[in-house]
Amino acid sequence: MLKYIGKRLVAAVLSLVALITVVFFLVRLMPGEPFTSAKLTQQVADNMRHYYGFDKPLIVQYFQYIGNLLRGDFGYSMKYTNKTVNDIIGQTFPFSADLGIRALVLAISVGLILGILSALHRGKTIDFVCVLVAIIGTSMPDFIVGALLQYFFGIKWGLLPVARYLGFEYTILPSIGLAFYTLAQVSRIMRASMLEVVQQDYIKTARAKGLSDLRITARHQIRNAIMPVITVLGPTVAAVLTGTFVIESIFAIPGMGKYYVESVANNDYSMILGMTVFYGSFLILCNLIVDILYGVVDPRVRVGSR
Amino acid sequence: MSEREKILEIRNLVFSFRTYGGVVHAVRDVSFDVRKGEILGIVGESGCGKSVTAQCILRLNPEPPGFFENGEILYAGQDVLKMKKKELRNFRTREVGFVFQDPMTSLNPTMRIGAQIEEVFLSRTDVTKSEVKEKALNILRLVGISDVERRYRQYPHELSGGMKQRIMIAIALVSEPSVIICDEPTTSLDVTIEAQILDLLKELRERLGTSVIMITHDLGVIAKMCDRVVVMYGGKVVETGDIREIFYETAHPYTQGLLKSIARLDMDKTDVLTPIEGTPPDLFSPPEGCPFAARCDRAMAVCQRYMPFESRLSEEHMTRCWLQHELAKGI
Amino acid sequence: MKKTTYVYQPETPAPKNPDASLFRTVGKSAEEMDKVTRPNLSFWADAWRRLKKNRVALFGLILIAVYVLLAIFAPLFSRYSFSAMDGKMINAGPSPEHWLGCDSVGRDLWVRIWMGARVSLTIGIAAASINMMIGAVMGGLCGYYGGKLDMIVMRIVDILYGIPSLIITILVMVVLGPGIHTLIVAMCIIGWIGTCRFVRGEVYRLKGQDFVCAAKVLGVRDFTIIMRHILPNIMGLLITNLCMAIPNAIFQEAFLSYIGLGISPPNCSWGILAKEGIHMLRMAPHEILFPAFFICSTMLALNLLGDGLRDAFDPHLRGTE
Repeated sequence: MLKYIGKRLVAAVLSLVALITVVFFLVRLMPGEPFTSAKLTQQVADNMRHYYGFDKPLIVQYFQYIGNLLRGDFGYSMKYTNKTVNDIIGQTFPFSADLGIRALVLAISVGLILGILSALHRGKTIDFVCVLVAIIGTSMPDFIVGALLQYFFGIKWGLLPVARYLGFEYTILPSIGLAFYTLAQVSRIMRASMLEVVQQDYIKTARAKGLSDLRITARHQIRNAIMPVITVLGPTVAAVLTGTFVIESIFAIPGMGKYYVESVANNDYSMILGMTVFYGSFLILCNLIVDILYGVVDPRVRVGSR
Repeated sequence: MSEREKILEIRNLVFSFRTYGGVVHAVRDVSFDVRKGEILGIVGESGCGKSVTAQCILRLNPEPPGFFENGEILYAGQDVLKMKKKELRNFRTREVGFVFQDPMTSLNPTMRIGAQIEEVFLSRTDVTKSEVKEKALNILRLVGISDVERRYRQYPHELSGGMKQRIMIAIALVSEPSVIICDEPTTSLDVTIEAQILDLLKELRERLGTSVIMITHDLGVIAKMCDRVVVMYGGKVVETGDIREIFYETAHPYTQGLLKSIARLDMDKTDVLTPIEGTPPDLFSPPEGCPFAARCDRAMAVCQRYMPFESRLSEEHMTRCWLQHELAKGI
Repeated sequence: MKKTTYVYQPETPAPKNPDASLFRTVGKSAEEMDKVTRPNLSFWADAWRRLKKNRVALFGLILIAVYVLLAIFAPLFSRYSFSAMDGKMINAGPSPEHWLGCDSVGRDLWVRIWMGARVSLTIGIAAASINMMIGAVMGGLCGYYGGKLDMIVMRIVDILYGIPSLIITILVMVVLGPGIHTLIVAMCIIGWIGTCRFVRGEVYRLKGQDFVCAAKVLGVRDFTIIMRHILPNIMGLLITNLCMAIPNAIFQEAFLSYIGLGISPPNCSWGILAKEGIHMLRMAPHEILFPAFFICSTMLALNLLGDGLRDAFDPHLRGTE
């Protein structure tokens, strides 16, 4: 098990280094010196040059940049001149995390339940409804889900607050908007996986043992069917996270995603880069956790981790 | 072989599957019985319906698309096909155990060995937890596994194929059923392991008095293990008899063909193995007459027209072949 | 489903004493003993048969065809241009002149939706196809030849696989600036990795199978083996994959355009339409509802078709209903 974790850890670190390298060289690739926009005050421009070390040789710059990131320093904003990217992340991350966790919990729990129900009642009405929800869910981009929820529940019927993030009722629409796609995805995978597992020989063994249907479903079918869902948890976290970009700006939630979209609109390059590195590292970390979780759940992975 | 008490009777069983092209009759009017403490072999080529027949006994074939068209399976006077869900569950393993062909895929990869054995007792209230564990450890010892406490806590992927098949046998035997069905238990194992597993089954039969239904396509296994043999072809029973009758007084041309196609130690260098030419009929649309007629050297016009009757040659020996008809004498 | 009662019909019951003339040896019959009674279906014919039976998938296919035709011809046959503004028609609802109404600066929404479809579908199909081709070639080479090339490429792929592709796409867009071509480039920089991994796995598996081994023993050239034995076996999976990748690429385009990194106005794509529509949500909901309908139905059609293709090509489901 330790060896397995070690391997995953090394892979994650390599991915991280690759990401940082890509970011660094992309900055260098930008035409001219990227931080000489007229909007910048002299002081900010100097900070930038110092941060990326434009006056030093390339290799020194590279390691200086890595050093900065290792200290948890993501750079400066060009728009909010008195703030660093770290300040902004510190202010906005709690909102995004809160929303993200709500959405993830909603997506995974409801997604699993729909997938299981659907597989157990294959070919019946419940199955049809679940499959329909799933296929519609995977066909709607989150900004459209968000907009439709906001229009119907917020504006047209006035049932729930339209925007901002002040209390529980404010969290409902954005959480659903963010969770919908993932929920659909999870339920599709779970359904397919359940139907695959049911054909396995060990299910026949379980039936030959005289176990009840409930026991077979719970202990043998669901437990094994859940594996493929765990493998997509990494990309799922990524989907929810990028979803926050859009959902937060639609619902005017002061989270990281909203700032990210704004910095794109403002051409705030340094902020885009800093936040991108933050997002990237965060996702790599999530993937690492998912990999380890997978090892815990599936005993086979631990040994033959090839 | 003396007449022993029958414990399982299969009568006129017809089991079929619905597929896109229509109904496939996989088991066509099969009857045989299993007696106390015997090893009964069911032999035939792949696709002859032997596995489906075996799984019918515990109703393990998926229904749908499979369904029973006719027949009864009597165990202690009760018809398995008429059992309610609850009764069927109690019947499985407690009365009849099942060992599957491929031990690699027949154990749940995410459960420890111990839990998979103990599970058999899950719905039973007559045994306590510690008794269950005691039984599980005992059965592991009985099937020849050493270091049982450690094995008990291991996962299937940590065991070898032969070891897994021993576990499967342990699962089938742990609640002391009176019959175990072994569906090609050694096909996916090495020859040396095969011998070990077969010896184990034989030994267990001696010690526990369990009847064994041995399904195989290997006449060598039959010769080594069985007291009586059922030969199946094209979803039908073509010959039954005790082991001596099947090997030395072979009546059906198909069984003769099978015997000619295997190598024996007493053969001369000059003797040749004769394979049975052709392939078994597709049960999607089986022929009108004897299913073997197309491949039979001695086939007669009547064989292609009509399904032959059962002819009884001795108390045990039965065959389904027109050659036994009095009009065929001298051909 | 119709219920049919099946009654087992035993073979024609034989008379107790059949005609004695029937008792003459005829021996085995060569054509009967290997007779194939099931309909013989080739892989592609069987897949097509199952796809045709799958009405839902067929519906998806037809809808996509209709949308592609509309994207090509609708803007050509309209009186309006996608960028011409009409000050009198700002936020106008649907009317006989403007079928789907006008947007916040008075541009005809019907024309804009199909102009957007041109861009979005082009990007979706182009990005997905390029990714598939790069991925298939790389994965195929790695899987078939193995060795050092395989090791190096797979190490790189493993590392890149850990980085969320959208992050890279965003970064590349920041550097390259908005536009159709830059979008396609950005999506293809690491978008091929998934296909590469799966194709490599498949090719590697097929390479080890006996029919490839047999071809090698017979001295068939590598090129011929790949074209005749390996490619046909992964073609089904590749087509399914492609069909599933197109909606993803359209998603990405819409997302990037939505956050301002994809296509930039006055050009239009579905992402741009959604973005503009959401701004007018309160005053003119039709500006988001119509584009949303077309975006979602396209995705839906592609997903349904993709599912149908997957089932049609699934070897486990061969010969079944």
